[in-house]
Parts: sequence; C-alpha cells; structure tokens
Amino acid sequence: MSESLTADVGRQWESASSPDAVSFANVEYTWPGSSPFTLAIADFKLARGEKLLLLGPSGSGKSTFLSLLAGIVVPGKGKIDVLGTDMARLSGAARDRFRVEHFGIIFQMFNLLPYGSLIDNVLLPLHFSRTRRDRARADGALDDVAVELLATLGIDRTVIANAKTANLSVGQQQRVAAARALIGAPQIIVADEPTSALDRNTEGAFLNLLFAQSGAAGASVIMVSHDESLARYFDRVVRLDDIAVATRGARSQ
Amino acid sequence: MIMRLALQSLRNRWVTALLTVLAIAVSVMLLLGVEKVRTGARQSFADTISGTDLIVGARSGSLNLLLYSVFRIGNATNNVTWKSYEDIAKLPEVSWIVPLSLGDSHHGFRVLGTNSDYFTHYKFRRGQSMSFAAGGPFKDLFDAVIGSDVADTLHYKVGDNIVIAHGVGSISFVEHADKPFRVAGILAKTGTPIDRTVHVSLEAIEAIHIDWQSGAPVPGQSVTPDEVRKMDLTPRAITAAMVGLNSKLATFKIQRAINNYSEEPLSAIMPGVALQELWGLIGTAETALSAVSAMVVVTALLGMVTMILTTLNERRREMAILRSVGATPATVLGLLAAEGGLLTLAGVVLGTVGLYVGLYFARPYIDHAYGLSLAIDPPRADEWVKLALIVVAGFFAGLLPALRAYRLSLADGMMIRT
Repeated sequence: MSESLTADVGRQWESASSPDAVSFANVEYTWPGSSPFTLAIADFKLARGEKLLLLGPSGSGKSTFLSLLAGIVVPGKGKIDVLGTDMARLSGAARDRFRVEHFGIIFQMFNLLPYGSLIDNVLLPLHFSRTRRDRARADGALDDVAVELLATLGIDRTVIANAKTANLSVGQQQRVAAARALIGAPQIIVADEPTSALDRNTEGAFLNLLFAQSGAAGASVIMVSHDESLARYFDRVVRLDDIAVATRGARSQ
Repeated sequence: MIMRLALQSLRNRWVTALLTVLAIAVSVMLLLGVEKVRTGARQSFADTISGTDLIVGARSGSLNLLLYSVFRIGNATNNVTWKSYEDIAKLPEVSWIVPLSLGDSHHGFRVLGTNSDYFTHYKFRRGQSMSFAAGGPFKDLFDAVIGSDVADTLHYKVGDNIVIAHGVGSISFVEHADKPFRVAGILAKTGTPIDRTVHVSLEAIEAIHIDWQSGAPVPGQSVTPDEVRKMDLTPRAITAAMVGLNSKLATFKIQRAINNYSEEPLSAIMPGVALQELWGLIGTAETALSAVSAMVVVTALLGMVTMILTTLNERRREMAILRSVGATPATVLGLLAAEGGLLTLAGVVLGTVGLYVGLYFARPYIDHAYGLSLAIDPPRADEWVKLALIVVAGFFAGLLPALRAYRLSLADGMMIRT
C-alpha cells in the first residue's frame, strides 16, 4: 500500500467540511446465509469528540452495526461516511487499512493475544498503520510510549514489566485493550460492552481513564451496551431500536 | 513482527507443534532412509563381486548363472566339463581362471570346491581381497576354509573336524561321514555370500564322491581317505568358473568365443550386466517401498493439517483481534500458510539431521550384522528436490486450514462469536 494513499486518506478527513466523525444515511445491510438478518438505519450521526452510548438488548443488531461502522462489511444500500470517506468506495484491503488508521477497537473480553507480552499487544495496531506509528513515535520510543500509556490507564509498572498476558485479571486485560485502542491517537474509539465483565467500581474507573485519554486526543467514542446505568458517563445516549429496524427471516422489501 | 507473532503463537502451542514436527521428521527419515538402504543394498550386491570379468557356466540365463555362482542362490542346471575349463584357461587373453564346484552343503551352508587361486583372485567391495581371521588356505586334501558366519553360527575354530553332506538342503540324510574335513582357516567378515560358504579344494570334492554313483554311495565299494589320496583326483566336471582377462577390451570377444564354444553349450556372462538384470527384477519392490514411504510423508502432512484445523476454532479470537487492528484476511491467510510451511520445514530439517545422526551411530552395527554398508553422503540432487517438494507441499497443506480461517475471518469480521 502506498504512503501517498495513506496521506490522501489523512488529508481527506482533516479537510473534510463535515462536522461528523460518522454518518449513516439510509443504510441497509443483510447478512447472507440461510437465515438472513437485515438491519436498516435511516439516519445516524456521531460528532467529532462526542462520547456516545448506543443502547440495545442482545440480538438487536449491535454486532451488525459495529461491523458496518468499522468497515468489516459494506452496506447493500445507502451510504456510510467515516471522517469524510465513503466506506463503500474503499476496497477490502483499503478498508482494513482505514480501520486501523482511524479506529481503536475494544472488545467485550478476550482482547489480547495470550502469547504476546503486554507491550506487544499494545503496539499491535502500529504494525499495520504507519500514521499511528508516526504519531506514537512523536512521543518517544514505542516501548516507552506503550508503558506510559499502560501506566496512565492504571496498570502497575511491575505488572507491565513482569506479568504474562494470560495471567492478567479481566480488569487489567481491558485496560491493556484500551491502551491498544488509544495508542497512536485514532479518531474513533469503538467499544463493544468493554465493561460487562467488570464490577461497578472497576467499571467507573475504567471509563474515566478511557475518557481522559480519548478526550486528550480529541477522539470520538462510541460504546454499545445493554446497561442503561452507564448513561451518566456519556454526552449522548441513543437506543438502537430508535434508529434501526432489524428484520429476521425473509428479507423485507 | 507478524512472523514473530506467528512464532510466538506456535510456541504457545508447542506440544502439538513439536509432535507435528516429529511426525514429519520421522516420515522424512523413513523416506530418505529407504533410499539409503536401497542404494546401500544395491551397492552391497554390486560389491559382492569385483575384478571378475566373466563368469562361465553351463548354458542358462545370465541371472541364474550369476545367482548360483556368486550369491549361492538356486542351483546349476548342468555342469561344465573339465576339458572345456582347460580350453578356456588356455586362451591367451585369459589372465586367470578359478573353478567353482557346488552341490554339497554343511548344516545348510553351501560347500564350494575351488583352488587356492580363489583366495587371491576373488575380489569384493571395489577390489578388496579376502583375508584370514585365523589359519590359512588349504594345504591338505581334506582341509576346509570357512566363512565368518559359518564359524560364528557353528562355533568352529581352526582344527575342528567337520562332515560334509551331499546336496544343499539344511537337513541332509546322506553325509560324506567317511571322509571328514579339518578346518584349516577362517576368513574375515566380508559382507558377501563368502561368509556363509565352506570352501574346500576341487580335489576334495572329487575325493568324497569317488565311490559314489548317481548321487548315492555304492555299497561295498567304499574307499578310505588314505586310499583316495593315491588316486587321480582330476575333476571330471565343475559347476562354473570365474575368469579374469588381461585386457577388459577383450571381454566381448572372449564372451562370444565361449558362447559359441562348439564342444559344449556354455554361457559366459559379465557380472555387472547380470546385476543390471537383477535391478530390473527387484525394481518393482523398490518402487513399492518408496511409495509406502511417500505415503507416510503424506500422512504426516495430513496430521499437520488436522492439528492446525483443530486449533482453528480457538484461534478465531486471535484472528478477530488481528482483523480489528487492521490485518487483512490475506494476512490471516498468510499467517496460517506460513505456519504450515514453517512446521514442515522444521520437520524436514530435523528428519534429515536425525537420519544422518542415526546413520552415523547405526552404520557399524548394520555393516556387521547385515553386511550392508550404508554410505554417509549428502543427499543427492533428486533427494534435495524431494525435500523441497515436501516443504512446498507443507505450505500448500497449511493453505487448507488457512482458507478456512480466511472464510471464518470474513464471516466473523472482528466481532468475536464464541
């Protein structure tokens, strides 16, 4: 992949007049297979720097929504604009690249490669994104940047130096995952129920640390969850049912 | 980095990975080992006789003549008269000629009647001569020289008396018990049929049969050993003869002359040519052996594919993580294919090294026990090609689970479904 393309992609979003980080317009997507599932989203916007909680029970299409947002799948109808780039116009490999350049992703659990060190796990996206690597390198040697980020997110320095990834507590794992999502300052942090395995206290601490870091980088955060009590941490709360229509079985025309 | 992750991922599953590598290594050892034994066996067959230009016997197929005269396998169809033998010996191109007389045995070991030239002219393993481990060639009429296997099996030492049986079965009821032999010498191990042969003089063969007619002793006409010493013991016939020529260039000429000998139907064969005929015969068995070892390699590779496939489900998470940080499905595909190639490469290297280490230690034992001298030489060009093909096959075998991972990865995207 050429550097110029990366630069173009970067310029595109820098210069984009759109104030939105993400916008969905009349999007419709159907999972292929014997039991099709269709999700239709008429209108959805995420502003730059906004912290948005997307609420929905399981099975309401959260995974499909995230897949569309991160460019894993391309909608059959409608348009998804991310940082001024029409996702449908990028090739598969370009979308993979776009994803790592602009998204930091945190899963519900099992975020880490158990055989890599903590620092390996944090640095993982930088091997796929030059832009993020350069941004991280501006703050110092990559290993040091990773250590500092982990420390800021509340991981003990002796743990960073000595612990095996597989032996970390769930709370620690999620912090490492957050560090991986944040390193190199991507513009959008996507989190898929990152706190569902944490207790209330740890949950609050985790979100505060995450938002402190994303706020410092000016990144938007979109988190999906079924837990309404999280609403107080966010700028805006959207119910998936209000913006999307999910259809199971035969395709709706 | 990705390569390092692949290695770390493998190290994380080191037990299964190691077993897979071992399975491939063993299969590679088998493949190369079969080849080594095959060439070693051919070499030792070829090494059995050296320096002999022609073998002469009664008219028969060349393979038959070679097998019974040199390898002591099977029996002669007819004899060669002493007159023919002397006529051939008189040819100016003939440098030396050694008579061979077969037909008797001792506890299943063939008895060969010959003369003392045999010990100087018979060469094996690229011109090596026989040597005596104990004693020396026959001096007396009833002296015998035995091969090392005969001595080992029957626990004979120089000076022991032995009785020769008529015929070549391992159990014989007709023995030349009236004329026992004395062990005069024991030959050093040669790794050839000589080790399993009892050598006596041609005259002795004549002597023990002098009072026999039609394969049985004539009643009331027994001749004592002392009486027989005074008699004319010029043989009437021999089984075959080994001929050395002054010049190799004359080989075809003499061969033709012997084949066209007018007084008696004779065959002269070149040992090397007859051996080629033998290879043609056993080639099928060799091919079968190679095919079996190739199938073992395929089995090992299938085992590797199974191993990668079974770990695939638990690795879907790993692939989803990689996808979330920007790895393309192609990267995931490459990662798994590289894993297959890497495991196979490790197996091939380990198997090759293992074979040579094993050869180094087992060689003296194999040489001693089976007379099979296995060469420790680097793999030949075609063996390198085979090894390279295995690695390539391993890479493509790795593609099989990789393609499945690719499809899963496309379907899962970065959303983990457990």
